[in-house]
Amino acid sequence: MNRQRAQSWIFAGSLALSLLLMLMPLPQSWALLKPYWPALVLIYWALELPERVSLGLAFFIGLGADVLDGALLGEQALRLAALTFIVLRFRSRLRFFPMWQQALAVLVLLLNDRVLLLLVRLFAGDPRPPLMFWLAPLTGTLAWPFVFLLLDDLRARLRVKEASG
Amino acid sequence: MALSGKESSPIFADAAAGTLRLIGYLALACVLMVLDHRNGWLHRARYAASVLVEPIYRLAAWPGEAAQNARVAFSQRRDLIDENNRLREALLLAQARLNRMNAVSQQNARLKQLLDTRRTLGMDVQLARLINVDLGAARNRVMIDAGAKEGVHTGQVVIDAHGVMGQIIEVLPHSAVALLVTDANHSIPVVDERSGLRGIAHGSGAPDRLIVSDIPLSADVKVGDRIETSGLGGRFPAGFPVGTITSIGPDPTGMFAQASAQPAAALARSDEVLLLRDLPEQVGPPAPAPEVGPPASLAPNTADSLTPETHTNTASKSASPDSAISQR
Repeated sequence: MNRQRAQSWIFAGSLALSLLLMLMPLPQSWALLKPYWPALVLIYWALELPERVSLGLAFFIGLGADVLDGALLGEQALRLAALTFIVLRFRSRLRFFPMWQQALAVLVLLLNDRVLLLLVRLFAGDPRPPLMFWLAPLTGTLAWPFVFLLLDDLRARLRVKEASG
Repeated sequence: MALSGKESSPIFADAAAGTLRLIGYLALACVLMVLDHRNGWLHRARYAASVLVEPIYRLAAWPGEAAQNARVAFSQRRDLIDENNRLREALLLAQARLNRMNAVSQQNARLKQLLDTRRTLGMDVQLARLINVDLGAARNRVMIDAGAKEGVHTGQVVIDAHGVMGQIIEVLPHSAVALLVTDANHSIPVVDERSGLRGIAHGSGAPDRLIVSDIPLSADVKVGDRIETSGLGGRFPAGFPVGTITSIGPDPTGMFAQASAQPAAALARSDEVLLLRDLPEQVGPPAPAPEVGPPASLAPNTADSLTPETHTNTASKSASPDSAISQR
């Protein structure tokens, strides 16, 4: 029971933290390179705890991110729902990929996400984004192993504590 | 790779249901986006949620600020030196500007003083500025920035807020040269303010000294007496401060006393001067002082028995006995 609660805390906390990280400013020249943190964290949880991650959750996290981000209500909801769907669909394969393959898969996921974003933006009438726009998935890919290991490590520690306690 | 606790997810069981749900959510998101794009709901939602959202912004901004602070705390010494230099330069610039402002405010005060002089003088004057040119080593002449085109002519008196400075000796179209009272070639008729003793103050050639010569040995002149223009000679109007007696001694002949005086005008410091304009040529002694006493209208009736009104007066006087009798 205690472990369940702690895991819930990690789950909710990591998602909230990802939203905060999304809001966190980077230096101007790096601003476009910022990884899409909510997507990375959602991918992790969709891979590891699929019974908790549903399309609805992704949708509402996306709505929250939209409210915080202030771009267009529903934009991130759509992107995260699509992303989560793909991850959940291919979860059993993705889980057993080695890290580099997993990272490549994340790159594809994030690129797909960018395409969706681009579509939405173009429909909304925004101008075509600069080339740097396509670099964010790369940094996201580079960040993926760290996100994965960090969250995994947190959960592993929890388990060890549980086992010893 | 770490493993999760349990492995219970059915692999392909709910694929169709999942797709349906996905389509539903995507449709919902699209509807939301369109509505928001049309109606701007997002801003309203954010406004409503501001209580919740604003602290999150603060929280998200905090690491950036902390990083900024840390950068300041740990920034390299070289950067700090650079910044220090830059700031010092800026400070210098600001100081220079401040000094300039100070000078301007002082100038303002001086101008006000001059204007006051002008008002109390009640005479027509013209404001002019000194042109800072060196007219010779002795510097007993100054150049001012008003000339013939501005109505300046030779012989005009130059004063500042404190006293007589000199007179115009040369006029150019837009500038003029004034001879200062301290010039060795300059003389000015003066009077001792306290004792009324008249004399002539010559320039000494030194910028801070006048010489009042040919004073009778028995005359009442003391150190500290103030001397002013007497108005004799007609060039300088009476009553302008000229200087203050600083020392008295016998002159080289031993038959007269000679006094030194400190010029009243700030000859070395003045920047703005006044030119007295269009003074009537005074010839001879100054006009007699106005009569002192009660006004003429209060004078007794008997004094003006020859004026026409006296007839009516006498008539009333002649009629008065009756009335006086009837009153009795």
